[in-house]
Amino acid sequence: MATQIANQTEREELISGSEAIAIACSLADVDVITAYPIRPYDTVMQYVSKLKADGAFDCDFIVAESEHSQFEIVKHASAVGARTFCGSSGVGWFYAFEAITVTAGLRLPVVAMVGNRALDDPGAFGVEHNDAMAVRDLGWMLYWVGTAQEALDIALLSWRVAEDPRVFLPMAISCDGSFLTHSQAIVNVPTQEQVDRFLPQYDRGRLLLHPDNPITVAPQVNEDWLMEIRRQTDDAMRRTSDVIREAYDEFKQLFGRGDDSPFIEEYMTDDADIVLVGMGTLAMPVRVAVRRMREQGRKVGFVRVKFFRPFATDEVREALSHCKAVGVIDRDYSYGSPSYGGVLFNEIRSALYTLDNRPLVQSFIAGLGGREVLVRDVEEMTAMVQDSINSGKVAAENTWIGVRE
Amino acid sequence: MSTVAVEVVYRGIFQKTLARNIVRSIVFAARKEGKIGTAFGRYGDSPERNGIPAKQFAIVSDSPEELEENLAVYEAREVDVTINVDDTMCKGIESWAWYGLQPINALTKPGGTLIVTSRQPADALIEDIHQKDTAYNLAIVPASVSYSGLWVYKDDHTDVRILGALAKACPELVSIDSMVAAIADQDWGDLKQTSARNTFDRVTFRPVEPGEGSADEPFSFDLPGWRDMEEGLVIRGVEPGGGFRGGNEGYEPTRSAVFKKFSTRAMRPVINFDTCIKCTLCWLQCPDTCFDVTPEGLYDANMEACCGCGVCEAVCPVPDCVTMVNEAEFNDNNSQYEHWIQDKDGYNRWMTELIQVQKEKEADRSHGYHSPGKYESESEVALTGDDD
Repeated sequence: MATQIANQTEREELISGSEAIAIACSLADVDVITAYPIRPYDTVMQYVSKLKADGAFDCDFIVAESEHSQFEIVKHASAVGARTFCGSSGVGWFYAFEAITVTAGLRLPVVAMVGNRALDDPGAFGVEHNDAMAVRDLGWMLYWVGTAQEALDIALLSWRVAEDPRVFLPMAISCDGSFLTHSQAIVNVPTQEQVDRFLPQYDRGRLLLHPDNPITVAPQVNEDWLMEIRRQTDDAMRRTSDVIREAYDEFKQLFGRGDDSPFIEEYMTDDADIVLVGMGTLAMPVRVAVRRMREQGRKVGFVRVKFFRPFATDEVREALSHCKAVGVIDRDYSYGSPSYGGVLFNEIRSALYTLDNRPLVQSFIAGLGGREVLVRDVEEMTAMVQDSINSGKVAAENTWIGVRE
Repeated sequence: MSTVAVEVVYRGIFQKTLARNIVRSIVFAARKEGKIGTAFGRYGDSPERNGIPAKQFAIVSDSPEELEENLAVYEAREVDVTINVDDTMCKGIESWAWYGLQPINALTKPGGTLIVTSRQPADALIEDIHQKDTAYNLAIVPASVSYSGLWVYKDDHTDVRILGALAKACPELVSIDSMVAAIADQDWGDLKQTSARNTFDRVTFRPVEPGEGSADEPFSFDLPGWRDMEEGLVIRGVEPGGGFRGGNEGYEPTRSAVFKKFSTRAMRPVINFDTCIKCTLCWLQCPDTCFDVTPEGLYDANMEACCGCGVCEAVCPVPDCVTMVNEAEFNDNNSQYEHWIQDKDGYNRWMTELIQVQKEKEADRSHGYHSPGKYESESEVALTGDDD
């Protein structure tokens, strides 16, 4: 039982990031939720079923026979005008991949949570970002959450943006396994009234699959059609940035919280010589390390990338254009990639290429399989970036941190 | 400017709700005083296994920045208070993920407190607990092992009694008034608030000096580096077994050199070798292959491998030939067969006494599904304080 402490408008609860998303589903009055258990995502479905069993949330809650069916069901439900939610983790997310791919192609605003988990084999429950990362090229918006509060807030934002007729694209909310999905934090839960003011009804308009609106969805096409269809999806993704910014500004006004930018979080970057970059909960030890290094007079800052898709190229360029060197910490791997670097690293380095004064960019792989990224690891990485500044070039483009030698 | 960390060590599944009630209440109580906190279970324990030691944590700070120093980790690096809700775990704990044996007080800070629910006297517990270089305090909440919160088991107030003891042990965490206020918020009834206050008033502390306690070296092992590991996720199988203790007769399976189950069990089988009819059922049914076959065809439960599940007792057709006895009664992992073969009369006296003691304490047995516990009387103790 949650203890609720009266706040003027909101109530406080001690909940995990997963539970925060389940509560967001209830506040958003999601119509159809599908589920198939896999750790750590299953913490969402457990809480959804509890809310439903307690009579606190009325939705069609369908436990499918596999992840693939789970994503197929919400895809179809979304086509007939239902607000939808589902999710998975690790190889479960991959098992659903055919359905995940077509969802974006059909411009269906499904919202899904990915409880980030290492891809089997070996079977492991800890966080890696490769599972969610796999949708990066497919027309899904992709967000990496930093706290349980942000999980709730961004879930609400997701339906608002995804269901905007200018967008009609699916969105994945990425939550680090364990550190978000299984850790309880104090979260402000908004009132129904606040949410209703923020989140309009989902209206699919002329695209609604309904007997009163006879349409065919997803015909077979040849090369004379496909490129135009891809261009449409590309254009929709290009429109997301403005819609996100607009929705985020309104969210901040209505709910009274949020960073300056919906896309990135800048932490002590103003005068920084070295800026570290990362996603998800590794921001926690990094911020602690940055504070400690600042106390020692070292000019270190941090940028947390929140939206990975759309990638905020301009904001990232602006945030990283004044420093001497950038250290990108990836909780993912991309075997055989340029410089054997992480996925985020190569995106960041690519985004900075057009700058007149490019900072040095260095890649670190850390925290795979849920290994803790410790403050001392962050200090070690910073020292290596400092060495690069001192010598004027990056000695090792990529380094794995915290591996047992 | 401070952070206080508390861990609850409990038996997986059986005591999960109990542990959850404790850590969540700590965060709620701290919130009453304007502090911020987090509650979480050790991820490596999940999905939990029945009876296997697991941990949950509550960490409370004055500010979000201080709290952040303790986030995105699986386990606090040190804790102000360790709470142990099954005294058999005073011998140390191993999770199912096998990190080696961790002394129960491994994370307890110098000057910190270890709170144990137990019916044993302090000296008997300290005999089991690994010694530390630094002093700490031991507090005993008089109670048998609680399954409060597990499905059909009744509430015995263990959660709030521990919270009351905690408020006394660690006043810098929260006051007893805040603790009771948090308990009141959870609609558990007025009686539980009374129980918390009673324990707060009555709990006493036994200082434990540096070097006091068990001198046993905790079992540990080294993990190999990535260059030394077999590629392709391959693990070599263990060799087939051989004769008992290396001889030509009997049979002893080869066991993993690193995965031991010394502290996993809450009870262990005691064998009456004189009445054993060599039917093989215990050996056959043991899920952990824990029985060594002696040259005479008797079965010796090897404590390196025994999880304490009690299947051998359940399948044995001979009355009292296999008896599960609470782990707290033992101070070593020695072979019962070797004791028996050297001194049959001595062994039989020891065994008879153990079985007698166990029968008298039947309700205190540690695995929930064997006995319903003494919940009515526990609640009575909590409310009236008649126990001491």
